[in-house]
Amino acid sequence: MAIAESGMPEEAEVGPFYHINVKVNGKAYETEVETRLLLVHFLREQLGLTGTHIGCDTSNCGACTVLLDGKAVKSCAVLAVQANGREVRTVEGLAADGNLHPIQEGFMQEHGLQCGFCTPGMMITALQILERHPQPTEDQIRHGLEGNLCRCTGYQHIIEAVRYAAEKIKRASAKPGRPGKTRKSGRR
Amino acid sequence: MIPPRFEYHAPVSLDEAVGLLERYGGDAKVLAGGQSLIPILKLRLAEPRALIDINRIPNLAYIREDNEFLRIGALTRANELLDSSMIQEKYPILTEAADDIADPVVRNMGTVGGNVSHGDPANDLPACMLALGAWFAARGPRGSRTIPAGEFYQSTFVTALEPSEILTEIRIPKARVRQGNAYSKLEKRVGDFPIVGVAANLFLSPKGTIETAGIGLTAVAPTARVAKEAAESLHGREPTEDVIRRAASLAMGAAQPTSDLRGPADYKRAMVGVLARRALTLAVKRARGGG
Repeated sequence: MAIAESGMPEEAEVGPFYHINVKVNGKAYETEVETRLLLVHFLREQLGLTGTHIGCDTSNCGACTVLLDGKAVKSCAVLAVQANGREVRTVEGLAADGNLHPIQEGFMQEHGLQCGFCTPGMMITALQILERHPQPTEDQIRHGLEGNLCRCTGYQHIIEAVRYAAEKIKRASAKPGRPGKTRKSGRR
Repeated sequence: MIPPRFEYHAPVSLDEAVGLLERYGGDAKVLAGGQSLIPILKLRLAEPRALIDINRIPNLAYIREDNEFLRIGALTRANELLDSSMIQEKYPILTEAADDIADPVVRNMGTVGGNVSHGDPANDLPACMLALGAWFAARGPRGSRTIPAGEFYQSTFVTALEPSEILTEIRIPKARVRQGNAYSKLEKRVGDFPIVGVAANLFLSPKGTIETAGIGLTAVAPTARVAKEAAESLHGREPTEDVIRRAASLAMGAAQPTSDLRGPADYKRAMVGVLARRALTLAVKRARGGG
């Protein structure tokens, strides 16, 4: 940055800009963004969605993981302009109608967090794991979480949280009216 | 970390993209998955005047076979390669390499075309493409051409692609009977650069001897490297333990690793021998119909 004679930094140059339309947690936004703006900064600083965290800022830790058109991505390695015309889902978009998402409930019930910094990214990746494998094996959960780092829990409780969510979702989809899912007495 | 300023274009056709690249005369970068490019920009290791985002161009993401080739569109994501049951069944080397690329979240963005054309000797797919004898199709201002993988990697981050050319498709000779291949990699932890990787591909004759073989090395030279002597030592031979051991030791000779945080050069060279033995043994087993 150039330094003016007063010794104060000159006003930073900005731009170029690019026009984007993007849907975040179901809400449409239309705005101009600097082409170099990272998706994570767009979410946190322009939309105020600070649930998505910046951890390492080098696409290692996964704290900034969000869904882009249903795919988990590290939003510190995606430009906001790349989200043009697409849908983003962040941790703020997990709960519905005041009810926690089964994944959020799982992290709460199974102590899937301690400091909580990695948790939003963990939960978004967990959502992706459950989409790919509705009844995941432990191996599928562990490998699915390879791109998300946690320095507190030692991961075991996170794995249990994901398993809890899988069970809860399974039970919910097996609720009343679905023949064959409930055991009838006298027939095994 | 904030990337430097750049102009951004999102063309919707290959011709438009090539035209833009030509307009910037080498001072533009193609943005595919961005999982190498965006970190590079953030670190200011590159400051191109423009990014040409090819993600809006249709029909660049596919995996299909015809009579001659397995064709992979350049925009195919690493996870799509990993999840393809046809690839798992017929090209296990690619499933193994895809599974080794970064981590599952990065693989949702990272593309096959980006992995092979970035020119980083630590990328996993280039060694596989060398072992498989792949061809790369590129589109430029003067039309399309194909480049053999063996002529593609010139030096670190330098490939045969011209500044106005875009890689569009990877062509791998279609899998045959009695063919086997495997990719073996050593890494300190998930997502880290590899210490060493070895790709092996071979064909057995009806008698069970090795007809031809290809061996590619990851992260032990300025580019992905062919271990030519090692591969040729297998031709016409029965794949015994001794023959494989000898090829593995010749592969060590083709490695020129440097000492760094991931290990001293001697260690890496020794690991080339170990991984070459593993990859070749598995490739033979697969060519015989097992594994």
